[in-house]
Parts: sequence; structure tokens; C-alpha cells
Amino acid sequence: MKRHLNTLFVTLEGAYLRKDGAAVEIRHEGETKLRVPLHNLEGIACFGWDIGASAALMAACSEAGVAFSFHNPHGKFLAATRGFTSGNILLRREQYRRADDEACAVAIAANMLAAKLANSRQVLMRTARDHGGSSPARATALGQAADSLAVRAGLLGRATTLDSLRGIEGDAAATYFGVFPHLLVNHDPGVFITGRSRRPPLDPVNALLSFLYSLLMHDCRSALEGCGLDPQCGFLHRDRPGRPSLALDLMEEFRAFLSDRVALTLINRRQITAGDFRREESGAVLLKEDSRKEVLVAWQERKQVEITHPFLDEKVTIGLLPHLQARLLARHLRGDLDAYPAFLAK
Amino acid sequence: MYPEDQLIPISALQHWLYCPRQCALIHLEQAWSENRFTAEGRAMHARAHEGPDESRAGVRITRGLPVRSLRLGISGQCDVVEFHTGGRILPVEYKRGKPKSHRADEVQLCAQALCLEEMQGTAIPGGCLYYGERRRRTEVNFDAELRDLVASTVQAVHACFAGGITPLAEYEARRCDACSLIGICQPQSLRFRRGAAAWFDQRLRASLLSSGDLP
Repeated sequence: MKRHLNTLFVTLEGAYLRKDGAAVEIRHEGETKLRVPLHNLEGIACFGWDIGASAALMAACSEAGVAFSFHNPHGKFLAATRGFTSGNILLRREQYRRADDEACAVAIAANMLAAKLANSRQVLMRTARDHGGSSPARATALGQAADSLAVRAGLLGRATTLDSLRGIEGDAAATYFGVFPHLLVNHDPGVFITGRSRRPPLDPVNALLSFLYSLLMHDCRSALEGCGLDPQCGFLHRDRPGRPSLALDLMEEFRAFLSDRVALTLINRRQITAGDFRREESGAVLLKEDSRKEVLVAWQERKQVEITHPFLDEKVTIGLLPHLQARLLARHLRGDLDAYPAFLAK
Repeated sequence: MYPEDQLIPISALQHWLYCPRQCALIHLEQAWSENRFTAEGRAMHARAHEGPDESRAGVRITRGLPVRSLRLGISGQCDVVEFHTGGRILPVEYKRGKPKSHRADEVQLCAQALCLEEMQGTAIPGGCLYYGERRRRTEVNFDAELRDLVASTVQAVHACFAGGITPLAEYEARRCDACSLIGICQPQSLRFRRGAAAWFDQRLRASLLSSGDLP
């Protein structure tokens, strides 16, 4: 069993990572800052423009199945290392065949999106239940949005084309982000959201969400690579060179359950406030460097939480979910399962 | 006669006899995961292959000898082969544990011997398994029954690899719980084998009716 281990996040500009025996050593300005045994890690993610690593370390990570990736300081994925262990060609070929067959692609993508909508709905319902009593307007808005997501989740199962799936999903996303302000309770008024904006994020909540989605992307991508699936060949997201479409597909089930909930917890507990963001002249809003560390800690803590996997009926940590779902997807592609059982939080 | 690029590894025979799905996961799907048993086994084989060939009175000992049979379509490595003066050839295979109830170890050893027979053009009537836990050799007689078992296993593995289809899992606690691949195989998930679609629909409906009890 793959165990859920820690991801090492490196945010120190000017750091150099090298292999030291069976450990990774982080050097900075001629000093050793940290040494961690590789077998304690499942990933290394670097966030910065001036962070380097030795070829020996990258090779050792590939060999040991430790995902090694470079991101810009705000979490945007830049590059990842890859070794010679190229996984299973039979599985990948089947993946390409299914992606080329619209009916097969729709069947997989519909379950992923249904899970996304159901999991998003659970987040709305939870806030409606916990904080709706004090605000009838909030309770009404969240309840209506939740009903609308439920209806759309039902429509997904009857859709026969990818375009119709995308249409339903687009409407659902607009509904969900439309009521997102109602999910912010007890928050610093300087931390707000005005619709979904990504390139670049135009308000603090979007800046925080974008950063958390990039962490989720790192995990989904390495989960897929670990199972021998091609992260670039998606079912819902179509091929575009350089875009990890299947990782984007797999993320859908987890966005609300993992990333959004970490964001909401940080904001609602005022662990993240307006002072943690910087506004650029263009209007882009970015999370400050020191604040990113707070987010990374919360992310790691969330991943340690144990739940019972709904399909496998086993106790697992939340951090393992992308790996388990990637395996189930591979099992479906190889014919063991008659459908892809996407992750349903409840 | 098989061409060289269609030879299957002798180790696959042993995996197949333990569990056909394990064999396909390792060789078709290139999955691998270590547990204590596999790590110890690997360390032991590394030791068995280490060191130079030796010559003692009346016997030359080789380690890590590569062998193949084009007739059966298999190839692999012998841990140790003793070449005795007078022409007797004795293959010896090192195992970390103790003798087992199934015949996987004997099949592996006999398959090596069949390769050696083809390459050397001589008959090899028997070999030895050395078990690490009891630290002694067990003699194995390559009788017609064992040779037939090797041949039928080889055929089954060739057929599986040619078809490219991984057999479905049958969960069996004694076997599966000791297998390092259990996390990749997920044998218990296959209780829904033909019912993942039904499971998902039912669970989705339940989720869409429930009200926010998230873990």
C-alpha cells in the first residue's frame, strides 16, 4: 500500500536541493538548512524562481516514486521531473482509446462531475446547517444553490456529449461561486470574493483558492503518474499541449472537499486576513510569501485527517484520496470495474 | 520455438502460481511495491549472486548465470549452478523463507534446469532449494509431473501476456494479506466488480439527499 507521507515544500529563494546519501539536503548560502530522508517523503514541491536541484536528487526521486515539481512563487505549476520508469503502456493505450471514444469519455467524466457537484453541494449544506440559523438570507441562498446543484448532478447522468457535460458544469460552477460569499462567516471583511477569477486572481479569496488548487494539482498529477496513467490525456478536459488534462479531470472531485474547505477554514478562523494579500497595479491579488507557509501547514494538516473511503470501505487519510481514485480509474480502464466510482464525500 | 523478444521471465512462473493476477500486475502492468518479504528476498538474491565464481575439488560454482529456453520461451538467471567433474549439473535456488505448500519454488528451479538442459544439451535430473530460515538444502527431483507443471504454467503465462488482460482478483485472506501488491490490486474493491456503476448511482442519490455531514 502506498502510505500517505509528507510533501516537502521549499519556498526559500536561492535554495539548492541535493542528494546526500538516502536523504535530501537543502543548502542555502553555503549552509545546510535541512536534511530529510527520502523514504519519509512522497513529494517535493518547490515554489520559487530561484530554487535548484541536482540531477542525482531528481533521479533518486523518480526511482523512489517521490514526485518532484517546480512551481512559480504563487503555486503555478512549471515543470516536474520524470524518470525512465514509464509505467504501463497497455494501460495508457487503453486510456487513449477511451478518451477518443466519446461515449466512454462521457461515462467517466459524468461521474467525476457528478461527484464534484455532490461534494460542492455538501460544502454549501454544511454552512447552511451550521450558520444558516443566524441569517435566513444565507440559509435561503445556500439552500437554493444546493438544490440547483442536485438537479444538475441528476442531469449529468443523462448527458450524451462532452459539450453538454461542460455546459451543465459551467452553470453549476456559476451557481456555486455565486453563493460563495455566503460561505464566508466571521471573516475579515478585507477577504472577499467577487466571482471566480483565475488569470490572474482579482480578489483575496480567488488568490487563496488558486494557490490551493495548485497544491491539489501537484497531488493529482503525481497520483496519476504513480499509477502509470498519462496526466496529459483527459476525458473531460481535452488535449492541449502542456496541459495536464487528466489531472484537471481528477481534481474536480476534490476541489470543494479539499481545497475550498481549507480556504474557508483559514478565512473563517481569521488565520488568513486582508494583511496576507498584496494587490498589484494590474489589479491582480497575490498571497504574500510568509502567508503561503500558513496555507501549506493547513493543507498538510487537512491531508492527515482520516476518513473511511466510501467505495473501498477502508480507513485512509485524505491525502491518499487522489492516489486511490487514480488507481480506481486505472482499474476501470483495465476492465476490473464496470464504471469509475468517483469520490463522493458523503 | 519462441523468438528471443518473446521470452518471459522465469520469475513470472512463480508469481503466476502464487496468484495469476499478481503475475499480470507485475509483468503486464509493471506494478511493483515492496514489503518486508520482498525486500528481504531481494537482499538475499543480491548476496547469492555476489562474489566470484569458485572452483573447489571436483566442482565449479557459478553465480547469477543467465539462461534461456527457446523451446519453452522463458529466460532468467540461476542463483547458483554447480558444474561437477563428470558432467553433473546442479542448479541451486536461494529462498528467504521455508518450504511452502504450493510448488512455485520447485517450478522455478525446474524451469531453470530445463533452460540449462537445452543450452548444455544434457539431462539434469534434479536440483536444490536452499531455504534461509532453516539454512539447509532441500533436494528437488525433476520428474515428469514437475516438468509437465512447468510446461503448463509457461503456456498459461504466455497466453495471459499475449492477450494483455489482467485476471480479476479473488480475495483470499491468507494469500492476499501477505502480498506486497495488495494496495495496487485492491482485491476487496472487486466485490463491486460488476456493480461499480450501481454503487455510484445509489451513493450519489444518497449524497444529493443528505445535508452536509462532511468528515
